[in-house]
Amino acid sequence: MSEKKKLTICLMDAPFEQARTVTALRLVDLALRRGHDVTVFAYEGAVALSFAKQKKHANAVHGCGVEEEDHPLPREWIAGLFEVAAQGDAKLDWINCGLCVDERGVEEAVQGCRRGSPADFWGAATGSTNTLVVATR
Amino acid sequence: MTRYLLIESRDPFENGDVESDFALARDLAGSEANVTVFLAQNGVLPARRRARASELDQLLTGRVRVMADEFSLRERAIASRDLRTSVAAAPLDVVLDALVAGDRVLWM
Repeated sequence: MSEKKKLTICLMDAPFEQARTVTALRLVDLALRRGHDVTVFAYEGAVALSFAKQKKHANAVHGCGVEEEDHPLPREWIAGLFEVAAQGDAKLDWINCGLCVDERGVEEAVQGCRRGSPADFWGAATGSTNTLVVATR
Repeated sequence: MTRYLLIESRDPFENGDVESDFALARDLAGSEANVTVFLAQNGVLPARRRARASELDQLLTGRVRVMADEFSLRERAIASRDLRTSVAAAPLDVVLDALVAGDRVLWM
């Protein structure tokens, strides 16, 4: 691995809406696997990405039950990112904007996530090698 | 020389902003910056050899390097041989490398 760096990534898109989220989480996964520390600041709709009560569902159009459909859930992807970090020498700090969480009633997040504010984003960005903002379009 | 990496994840037919994003890339390159455009998701669609994409062709005539995300290409069943000559298939590592190097990375 090259020298360990700190990266900050801001996500804003709500779950189940944008392919940007998948690409951004692929990037987080890659950074963690390379041993870099990553802070994710989830803002606006992105705070629901880690909502612990997301549920899989069947798909009648596909003729699939819940198990067979195996609907992908962002909360599982995020839990997977924490596992990747734990298995290596990397740290994932996932911060959900508290005001955005309260607005949307998504307080229950998967283990490892914490509440914060835009001030945490500022702090993470100023302490990072680089920051990427994945803005809502 | 300042290095920029612009991520374009939209198809020009999907969003008119792509044209101005490519114009920004050209302008940055014209100001002596080192510019790479990384196409991802539906952003890879104009990179197909037979796609009508005058905006991308304009970009390719300049000093801008253009890459297309291998994963996004595979998702869309686009083979590397089906890309425009000047577009290279590349892994997402390109974006991470740019971030780690402290390049200016913008998701358009």
